[in-house]
Formats: sequence, structure tokens, C-alpha cells
Amino acid sequence: MARVVFPEHLLQHTGGEREIEVPAADFRELLINLERRWPEAGAVLEKCAVAIDGQIYQDAFLEPLEPDSEVFFMQRIEGG
Amino acid sequence: MAEAHDYKTIGTRPIRPDGVDKVTGRALYGADLNLPSMIYGKVLRSPHAHARIKSIDLSKALAMEGVYAAVSGADFPEAKHGEIGGEGGGDVADLAKNVMARDKVLYHGHAVAAVAAKSLSVADAALEAIEVEYEVLTPVLDLLEAMKEDAPLLDDHCFTKNLPETPDKPSNIAAVMQLARGDVDEGFAQADVIVEGEYNIPMAHQGYIEPHACTATVNEGGQATIWCSTQGHFEFRSMTAKMLNMEISDLKFIASEIGGGFGGKTVVYLEPLAVLLARKSRRPVKMMMTREEVFRATGPTSGTHCRIKVGAKRDGTITSATAWLAYEAGAFAGAPMGPGAMSIFAPYDLENFKIEAFDVLLNKPKVAAYRAPGAPQSMHAMEVALDDLALELGMDPIDLRMKNAAGEGTQAPYGPKFPQIGFKECLEAAKAHPNYTKPLPEGAGRGVAAGFWFNVGMQSSAEVHVNEDGTVTVIEGNPDIGGSRASMCMMASETLGVPYEKIRALVGDTESTGFSNVTGGSRTTFATGMAVVQACEDIITQCKARAAATWGMDADQVDWKDGQAVPAPGVNADVTPLSLADIAAKAGRTGGPLLGRASLNAQGAGASFSVNICDLQVDPETGKVDVLGFTAIQDAGKAIHPSYVEGQMQGGAAQGIGWALNEEYIFDENGVMENAGFLDYRIPVASDLPMIDCHIVEVPNPSHPFGVRGVGETPIVAPLAATANAFRAATGVRVNDLPLSPPRVLSALD
Amino acid sequence: MSKIKVETSINGETVEFLCEPQQTLLEVLREDLSRLGTKEGCGTGDCGACSVLLNDRLVCSCLVLAVESEGAEVTTIEGIAGENGLHPIQQKFLEHAALQCGICTPGLIVATKSLLDRNPNPDEKTIRYWLAGNLCRCTGYDKIVRAVQAAAEELAHPA
Repeated sequence: MARVVFPEHLLQHTGGEREIEVPAADFRELLINLERRWPEAGAVLEKCAVAIDGQIYQDAFLEPLEPDSEVFFMQRIEGG
Repeated sequence: MAEAHDYKTIGTRPIRPDGVDKVTGRALYGADLNLPSMIYGKVLRSPHAHARIKSIDLSKALAMEGVYAAVSGADFPEAKHGEIGGEGGGDVADLAKNVMARDKVLYHGHAVAAVAAKSLSVADAALEAIEVEYEVLTPVLDLLEAMKEDAPLLDDHCFTKNLPETPDKPSNIAAVMQLARGDVDEGFAQADVIVEGEYNIPMAHQGYIEPHACTATVNEGGQATIWCSTQGHFEFRSMTAKMLNMEISDLKFIASEIGGGFGGKTVVYLEPLAVLLARKSRRPVKMMMTREEVFRATGPTSGTHCRIKVGAKRDGTITSATAWLAYEAGAFAGAPMGPGAMSIFAPYDLENFKIEAFDVLLNKPKVAAYRAPGAPQSMHAMEVALDDLALELGMDPIDLRMKNAAGEGTQAPYGPKFPQIGFKECLEAAKAHPNYTKPLPEGAGRGVAAGFWFNVGMQSSAEVHVNEDGTVTVIEGNPDIGGSRASMCMMASETLGVPYEKIRALVGDTESTGFSNVTGGSRTTFATGMAVVQACEDIITQCKARAAATWGMDADQVDWKDGQAVPAPGVNADVTPLSLADIAAKAGRTGGPLLGRASLNAQGAGASFSVNICDLQVDPETGKVDVLGFTAIQDAGKAIHPSYVEGQMQGGAAQGIGWALNEEYIFDENGVMENAGFLDYRIPVASDLPMIDCHIVEVPNPSHPFGVRGVGETPIVAPLAATANAFRAATGVRVNDLPLSPPRVLSALD
Repeated sequence: MSKIKVETSINGETVEFLCEPQQTLLEVLREDLSRLGTKEGCGTGDCGACSVLLNDRLVCSCLVLAVESEGAEVTTIEGIAGENGLHPIQQKFLEHAALQCGICTPGLIVATKSLLDRNPNPDEKTIRYWLAGNLCRCTGYDKIVRAVQAAAEELAHPA
């Protein structure tokens, strides 16, 4: 089960839930599971960057998850 | 990870491949394409900061001799919503309205119409013949006033985003953001010392020396070609396509050389107008902004109001910190408050904190990305507060930062745990640097501050062609803004084992190479470099197969060593090694030309930290601040070409010093910028600055084949507070607001 | 508007052109004569990107009317390199990585030539004040000053 953490500004999409555990072998599956749980949130979550075990991904779609992975959703950064 | 001394080319300082053209005037920039029968486009700009457009009459302009076309907002297709990239990005419909106003003008200088005429003077006369009727509205010009419930609204359909519940009333606050951890009240209760401050920094401009410029042609089939100065021609293409409702394949963007950008050339201003004018006039149209237009109508960075409170124990351990950060977005949503909030506490390991940030509309130009967007402003507040804290505690400011420094495994304020980072190494290097302890002249002061930027990866493409004589051409999709062709050639040289001088890099147009995101986010050497390395590895794989075919072996019996195919260890073969030139010369018989390719979405960009030391002196008579010495220390991961890494550090330091000491947008009560020129918006000149000493720290980024982190943005973050802290040390007076320009200094010292 | 005929010398070559009375030398160089090496950064004489030599005097060509070049000798960046290749100033700018984006470089090289023609051995302060009219936003000037020092050295003692 991956531990998934949402920042404050996404809580409106997660019904106020800050942290949940989700079974997923990769990020693609995680997104599917989250969208199943909060159908409205999918489009927003898809556009976020995420950090998986400390490594930041702007697009994590294909990234594998370990059973004890930590997944942080965060705002996408692009820079100047 | 190979050690530095193993590299042949990486870490050396060769001459850049595009250098000769740039020192002889041959290099062609945005305004440097002249075509037969070309005409000139100019933009009519709003004289009001906030007004409704009642009518626009182009007929008198169109009737003039030598005027070929005129357009206004009515000539654009209806704006479609959709996101575009970058910290200066936002909604494409907003971007379209920024390129050309529709029903409302939202800042002084907002484009309302454009003409194309046979000469610049006729175009200027035609602008004067355009009749626009306005209903003038009250401009919203003050950040804190704009946030109030009863403030006049820029956009009746703007409802604050990211609140727990969607609000029922519109607001100038386009979005909010909050980051929090632990219990800040409990943290402050544990503190022995608490410091607080409010910090204002006005809007400031990137100040690239080349004004925006482009030349567009459109053929009778509707296909357009645009030559322009841009940080990302693929993204300009996509924005223009969306805005004009065109197919991407009907738009060809050619990136000219670019005369500076710093984030400001990541969004379109002129290009869609030039396409419209070229389509209507059926002639090539060249458009060039004046410097005044650049100041009034492109994207500076946000003015900010930050409030901060930091509590610490006697030993320097920070127990709690809060920040309240308001960012001016200008006319449309999209201030860099997110990265500002995420970076403010990033260098430190904090148990309890709370950060609130606001993206606020007001009648000023729509901000665009500017080097580490949002971070210089917020981190100025934190780094000044830490200086106050160090004073209160009687602690060395570097020791205070070291006491709280983030390291590998620290949970960053924006969520994840840091992988390997080099902040502590930067602090150690600063503490040990002779410039930190050398004696100061009488009356001078020394300040330090830390900086941080995330850095990003994103999408890049690269191709590597091996020419018939074994020389190599690298094609990338990223405009070279500061020497990146050199670093691409160096990485190709290192990977292929071919001398640097035999490799040339070129920036392909949108039809001749694969998609690449902007040259920005400190990503080019990291991400595009990674694509170049992979494309070279593709070449090596092919070369091994070609050598194997030549020798009648299997490909796995061949190795690539020092630029040659050789039999693998343990393979007994009496053959002469084949160089890249040998294989290229006979490529025809082993399968045709050698072409390597890679495209990727680079992940794992490494955060880059910095520490700056500033020495300065203040003239109490005039209020002028003289920077006597400046030392920039930064983790580059690995410096591919150290001179250009130093160049980034020195240039960022100069920009940050300018921001700290002089640069600001000054608006009158009607929202008219009063200093829209380089005489009054004073960026540093050579005589304002000392030599800027650099110390490159190298804590490699494990995600990059050579350890690159990206270096372009971090350098501008720390100078604001380093300068402010040195000012306090020199004068004994703390000034929280920037810039420390003579009027502010004189009134503070009074 | 009737145009005025001007005869001038650009980098040693006699050039005749017609211009409007209000046109600047910069505009004519760039838009009418396609001498594109001289750059425009501000059009108000504040940035020095358009620096040229007018009868050996360093000027911002955006502040000179084209008609004022009548009978004059104009030297632009295109006239700095010689038959034997790059001028030592250009070579030292390259070796010292004294340019990033390169837009200010033509003006800085012309201004440096003007300095070193007058003062072959300037100290750092003199270099910084002479070049104070040429804005560079990328480099922080450090490497530019070093390149000028190296060029002065090279011109005094050719390797």
C-alpha cells in the first residue's frame, strides 16, 4: 500500500482527507484508484507533480511504486 | 558516478561553437530577419490602466497610404480555455486577451489594436489614426487594497481557487495556497526568541537587453512561418495555434538567437499579431517592441507583500515559522505564489510551520516567469528574518543556518524527503571561504543569505548526426540562451569519445527536430543534455553493430572505447579498431547514415542550493550603496562548462543586487509606469559592481549521467537578502522593504 | 515625405542611401542597409547595444540621425575583425566566456575597441566606467572586464 499525501490546497478535492493508503503497483494504477474514489479529482490530480520517495516527477505516469512508497502530490514547478 | 578527474571534456572551458558569430555581429536575433517586400507591424496600447472598450474604429488607419492591414480583438477567434505552461503561464484564454484586449483593458499599455505598414513611421502615424472609445474604470493598484472584499474587480468571473468551498462572490484573489506541518502555536510556545517582519518588494523586470521581436509570413494556403526570439519555439507554436485556432502543423516557428529572457520570453506577445497582420496583408510582417513597450506590456515579476514570524531556541533551533505571502499577478491570474510558498522554508528542517500564499489580480502588466519565479521575494523575507534571529541570539548567521539546514532525508516543506542535496556543503564552503573572514573597510558591512530552486526536467528531444568525415552535428530544440550549445557538444564529446572541436550543435526549428519544452527552469543542460547523451549512446550502439558487421562478429563482441570500436575484453580478433570517422566513411555499406535519436521526459532534476556573501558600504550623504565584494557559492551538481556556470552565478548575483538596490516599477496614481526606460529603471552597469567571486560546489545529482543539477535560477535568489543583510550590518539599521535605493536609504538613515 | 540622399563610409566602404529626416543611423543600418550586427536594446541611448564609431568617436547609433553620417566614417561591429580573422578583443571575449546571450556583445566590443585605441593599459576602474554605457544583463560584467584586460595585454604584447 502506497502512502499518499495531499497538500492543503487539494483537500477540497479529497473531501478533506490529507493522507490515505492506496494499493497500486505503479502511479498509473494509483491515479485510477484515486479517481475511482473521488471522480471529480482526477483531472486536478493528473496535472499535479508528485514526489515518489523523495524524487520529484512532473509526469510520474509510468513510475513503479514500492509497497511502502510515499507519494506526495504537489504543485507543478516550471521555472523561468 | 565517475569522478571529475575521469572526464576528458566535462569540466574544461572550451570556446562555445556559436561564439564567432556572436562576437562578429553575424548572429541573427529576433529583429534581424529582413525579407523582400516586408512591412512593419506596430501595436496601439491602452492609455488607461482599467477601462471598458466601447468601440474601436480602424477605418481611418486602413485608408492611409502605405497601411496594409489593421487588427483588433475582434479579429481573434473566440478564446478557448486551457492551461499553458510556466510560472508566468495560466489560462490560454487569458493569454490571448493579454496579447490583444477584447472588451476590457486591464493595464496601461495593454494592446488594443495593431497595424502593418510600409515603414515604421507610417505604422506609427496609422496608430494615431485609430479611434478607440473607452469607459474609464477605477484602477486597482495596491496589492493589499486589491485583496479587500470591497475592492473594484478586474474580472467579475474570478472566484478564488483552492478554498475548501467555492466562494459565491468574485474576488481579485485568484487563488490561495497553504502549506503546513506540525503545530505552529506549540512551536512558538517553545521558542526563546521570536522575530517578526513585514517585507514589501515592488514589481521588477527581467531586463533582457533584446526587446521582443519577430517576423511572420503566411502563404495563401494559410501556412505560417514565424521567426522570433523565444525561450521555447515549440511552446510559442502551441500558444499561437490555440489562440488563432490553427493546426500546429500549419505553423513553423524558427527560434532566432535570443538576447536574454530570464523567463520573460516564455509567453507570446507579438507572434499571433504578426501572423494575423501577415495573413491580412499577404506580406511578411516584422514586429519589434520598443524598450518602453517591453517595460509596460510584457511580463515582469510580482510585487509582493510578505509577513513572517520565526521562533527559535537559544541554541538556534527553529521551533516554528509562519509566512503570509501576497503576490501581484497583474491583469490575469498566475502569480508565482506556489513556488514562492514552496521555496521559502526549503533550506531548513522545520517541524512546525504554516505558509499561506495569495495570487492577486490588479491593474498592472500580467507577470511572467522571472528566474526562480517567486522564490527571491519570499526567501528574502525568511533570510532577512534569520539575520535578525542570528543577531538576537548572538549567533554567526552561517552557524544558525547550519543548525537548521536541510540534508538528505529532511522532509521538504512542500512534502517529499530530499534526496542527496548540497546545502550543508554550500554553508561549509561559505564558512571556510576567505571572503567571509577577510577584514572589512571602515563603515562597511557584510551579509549572508541562502538560496534555493527546485529545477525541473520536462520534455526534450535530440538528434545526433555523424557526418561522412566522422564529425558530429547535434540538433536540439532548445534556444541557446547562455552557452548551452557548448555544454551539449561537451556532453556529446564525453559520451562518444570524439574531440569537442569536431562537434557542432544547432537549434532546430519546429519542423526539423522533436518537441522540446522551453529553455527555462534550469532544465536545458540537465534534460536536453540527457537527451543528447542518450542520442549519442544510440550512435554507439549502432557503431558497435556496424563494426561487428565489418569484422564478421556479433555486436556484443564489440566495445566502444575512447571513440573507437574495439573487440570486447576476451574476444580474440586480429582487427584494427574502427573510429567514428572510419565507420562513418563506410556507413553506406553497413546500413546507411548514422543517425542517433532520443526523446524523453526527464525526471529527477536535482534541487540547487546557494549561499551568498555580500560586502557593501553606504554613503550617508547620498544614500548610494556601493557593493564592495560579492561571493556566490552554489551546488551545480556537476559543472559541465565551469565558465558558463560561473556566468550564471555572476549574472544572477548582478540581477539580484540590482533588484535589491535600485530596480522597481514606479506607478503613478493612474497606474502609469513612470520609469519605463533603462535611464530610470536602473539595472546595474559595469561601474556599479565589483568582481563576483564564485565557488562551485559539486554534489552530483544521481539522476543525470554526469551529475548535473541545473544552475540558472538559484543564483538570483540569495542576493536580495544578502544585500539587505549587509546593509543592516553596515548601517545598524534594518530596512525590510526593497529596493534600497537612495531615497529609501536616506529616509531610513534619517 | 521626401527622402534625403546621404553618402557615408561604413567600415571603409562608400555607401549611398536615401533616408527620411527623422530616421536614426541605427534604423538605416539595420532596416535599410541590413547591417544587422549593430543591435537595438532601447532606442534611447541608455544601453549601448547600438554602439558604433562615428569618425572614431564612440556613439549610440540610435541617438545619431542617419543624415548626420553624411561624409563621415562609420565603424560597426562588422568592421572589427580583419583579413586575418578575429580582432584580439573578439578572441578574448570568446576565451573568457564574456558573453552569454550575446546581444550586448557587438556594442561592448566596439566600445572596448574605442577604449583600447585611446588607453592601451586601462585599470579595472577605468574599464568599468568606460563600459558603463553598455548594459549586459547576463554576465554581471566580471568576465567582460577580464576579457578587456586580457585583450589589452594581448594588444600590448602579442603572443
